[in-house]
Amino acid sequence: MPAFNEEASVGAVVREVFAALPDVTILVVDDGSADTTAEEAAAAGALVAILPFNLGVGGAMRTGFRYAIENDFSNVVQIDSDGQHDPLGVPALLAELATADLVLGARFAGAGDYRATGPRQWAMVALASILSRTSRTRLTDTTSGFRASGPRAVALFAEHYPAEYLGDTIEALVIASRSGLVIRQVPVAMRQRAGGVPSHNPFRAAAYLARAGLALVFAMIRPPSTYRVGGSA
Amino acid sequence: MSVASYVFGIVSAVMILIVVVELLRRRHLRERHAVWWFIAGLLALVAGVFPSTLEWAAGLIGIEVPINLVFFVSITILFLVCLQHSSELTKLESKTRTLAERVALMELDLRKRGSSPEAEKPITRSESPPIVDSAVDDHPGSQSRAR
Repeated sequence: MPAFNEEASVGAVVREVFAALPDVTILVVDDGSADTTAEEAAAAGALVAILPFNLGVGGAMRTGFRYAIENDFSNVVQIDSDGQHDPLGVPALLAELATADLVLGARFAGAGDYRATGPRQWAMVALASILSRTSRTRLTDTTSGFRASGPRAVALFAEHYPAEYLGDTIEALVIASRSGLVIRQVPVAMRQRAGGVPSHNPFRAAAYLARAGLALVFAMIRPPSTYRVGGSA
Repeated sequence: MSVASYVFGIVSAVMILIVVVELLRRRHLRERHAVWWFIAGLLALVAGVFPSTLEWAAGLIGIEVPINLVFFVSITILFLVCLQHSSELTKLESKTRTLAERVALMELDLRKRGSSPEAEKPITRSESPPIVDSAVDDHPGSQSRAR
């Protein structure tokens, strides 16, 4: 669970995950929060890795993947700390890992009532169609942060998890497909955020589209050598 | 060209070289970064002492006004140095990120070792002021994830 200034919700989300899945290990990566995110998460019973300064979601995720490798965890599930993802969806993701390396929890695949509007929705649709072609599987919600990674994906992401904000969700998919991983998606319900401030304004949406597109283009044209596992990144 | 401007050109070039050598001597500049500035200084010195070489070189590649060659070469060198710095910055940033991730995991490991299962140690914060990243790294959480 990457967390950045999520003190309002992180404790509740950790407890909720434990309630739904009693025997999992929860690692909250506190991405240089200025609030009590780390304390809240620890109080709720999660392991907490505190990054000394803000790295962005990519850095937080890579920390999580590295922890998984060093401690011999085979599967990693990523859940937002703002309560947007329902932990009850985790078993479905894990079940799908039997036949795939990377499973996305998709918001528009028929479950829940999450709706994006305007330019953001167009962006998501455009990205989804391009990435579906790249990964040779039908994806509808490519920017979902609710995803499960199997052993091969964990090994790959521990070394090559994209750092750029927003690049992360999309670029991670491109890296995974170009490395020959099998990607699938399962429908999950999304909820409104339990805490924190949502960001919706047209300027952000435009920037979102531009950055997502750019991240996509550069992920596509990267030389294959930069995806090797075991080389120096 | 007056004597004053001739001397001024030479003195400027020599100053550049002195500064570069001094920085190198005091280890404020690594050799790989100094090379460019050194080349620039040498070129400036040659052009300053023998202005005719400038005219000859400009004539050689068909540039009408020799001073334009000076501008062209200067801008090219500055451009290359900037590029080199950008690339170095990227490398440094990625190393710093990797270090930060390693530190976070090591601290986690230390806390785990230091605490017995029944008595959880409280998380202690380091006393350093938070570093605010001015890059566009705010985390709108509603669309992709809580960051």
